[in-house]
Amino acid sequence: MSAAKLVRRRVGDVVFKGFCWSVTGLALVALAAILWSLLAQGFGGLNLDVFTMSTPAAGSRGGLANAIVGSLLMCVLAMVIALTVGVLAGTWLAEYGGRSKYGAVIRFLNDVLLSAPSILVGLFVYELLVAPFHGFSGFAGAVALALLAVPVITRTTEDVLLLQPTTLREAGVGLGAPLSYVIRQVLWRSARGGLLTGALLAFARISGETAPLLFTALNNQFFNKPWFDLRHQTANLPVVIFNGALSAYDDLRRLAWAGALLIAGTVLAVTIVARIVAQEQRRS
Amino acid sequence: MSETTLPAAAPAKRRSAPRGALIGQIFEGLCFGAATLLLAALGGIIVSLIVGGWPALSKFGVGFLFSATWNPVTDVYGAAGPIVGTLITAALALVLALPISGGVAFFLTELCPAPLRRPIGTAVELLAGIPSIVYGMWGLFVFAPLFARWIQLPLMSAAKPGSLLETLTTGIPNGSGILPASIILAIMILPFMAATLRELLLTVPAAVRESAYGLGATTAEVVLSVTLPYVRQGAIGAVMLGLGRALGETMAVTFIIGNSHAFPKSLFDSGSTIASTIANEFTEATSPVHTAALISLGLVLFLITFAVLGLARLLLRQQGAKL
Repeated sequence: MSAAKLVRRRVGDVVFKGFCWSVTGLALVALAAILWSLLAQGFGGLNLDVFTMSTPAAGSRGGLANAIVGSLLMCVLAMVIALTVGVLAGTWLAEYGGRSKYGAVIRFLNDVLLSAPSILVGLFVYELLVAPFHGFSGFAGAVALALLAVPVITRTTEDVLLLQPTTLREAGVGLGAPLSYVIRQVLWRSARGGLLTGALLAFARISGETAPLLFTALNNQFFNKPWFDLRHQTANLPVVIFNGALSAYDDLRRLAWAGALLIAGTVLAVTIVARIVAQEQRRS
Repeated sequence: MSETTLPAAAPAKRRSAPRGALIGQIFEGLCFGAATLLLAALGGIIVSLIVGGWPALSKFGVGFLFSATWNPVTDVYGAAGPIVGTLITAALALVLALPISGGVAFFLTELCPAPLRRPIGTAVELLAGIPSIVYGMWGLFVFAPLFARWIQLPLMSAAKPGSLLETLTTGIPNGSGILPASIILAIMILPFMAATLRELLLTVPAAVRESAYGLGATTAEVVLSVTLPYVRQGAIGAVMLGLGRALGETMAVTFIIGNSHAFPKSLFDSGSTIASTIANEFTEATSPVHTAALISLGLVLFLITFAVLGLARLLLRQQGAKL
């Protein structure tokens, strides 16, 4: 009996291991296939025009310059808003009210916001900033992106501040400095690396978001005049990709692949930098 | 005696608040305000969805949830089609992604040769960050034609008339529909779930694993009866986070689901999800009621995902996992 049982256990183990090996292989193949298409099709569509010309009408020459600039502007503005709100909120959770009931509620809601469907954030900002002012705008797009970035930054800020040793706070306060001064001059400084990691991850998260921009920034075939004016609808990479991919024209599709490659490349690069920063931090 | 007289000897000069105290209060107020802004944002989302969707909700009542009519021409809307589409695609995606992401996580924690462990682990984590529109495009341009040619056509021709397989596979073999959309969703949530599960499994103390091995357990037994039960609660939370993503995902689905508002009749039939309907129609909505109906769909999606995500977070919190 025990021999039969041993055989059964051995067989079960082999089956289990085989399953793990093969599904890992399958997953890696699928993901490699996606990366391969992205590289092959994306590089096929990349040329100088992509960076120098505005979105074309089907059949004519054009590029993604206006969309790249629009995306960058919106992401930067979103990050400025999100860093202000997120770092302060995370600081409150870590240093002031995190242990209260209210703090627990805020933390829970932040966690829910962290993975809330981005399209709902788009609807919210549409109701908040687009419908009342009768117009899609790059500014609304930036606010939508900021709303997606804030929970990431709040979370990382709280986490890295809690990692700072209590003696740091006690030393600062013991020297007679007000707590707020200690937080700004001592804790934020010593948590700098972690805060940077959080900011980079948030940037990576929002730079590829499409759904919330569909009905906030909408799209624009041209540069705004002046180019940094976000009061009107603004071209952005994700929506140009979306429209291009759904169009029936080969040249627009090629452009969409090129744009997708740009976005995915940016996201990967930023994520890798964030990981390196985090590792440096751990070492020091 | 002298100790007690000392304070009295000092002149009754009131100590002024230290410089910076006011700044401190302002700073604390700002921090509190920022934290409250998060509450306001979530509250704002709920309120705006209810207000924006009210014209449709009041016009169609509860029937909005159960009617499958979606007709912009007659301005009559029912959400049943997209709701069912959302639930089916998310559930199918989860069923497909769960065993695979589990396998990947077990592979990375128990089986992977040491030199490959970091590269594969990092690759999985990086892929979790790829924007979903990339998955959507791949699904539309690469996956759909292959799926139509190698899966849909053979299956449809193999199905005997009147059999269950035939019911499941009716539709147009163009590579879009419920099942292809679910597969793309599964591929999209796979890296995320695998990375989360791996992170959880790594929190199992080495002593627990090693004592199981020391008792002579096989790898399968260690994983299935020791480490996985150890992180059970967190693992359920992680799975529900993945489900939350699948429910609310827009871009990976919109390209390939076929966008029809009727109940999907088979796995290959075209359908729609809440998110894909909103993405497709919102800027082209023809009437105020149409817009309101779309916003009400958003409200339904919010309620579903809020329940799933809330539960997921509670489970993960109790596990003490920082994800």
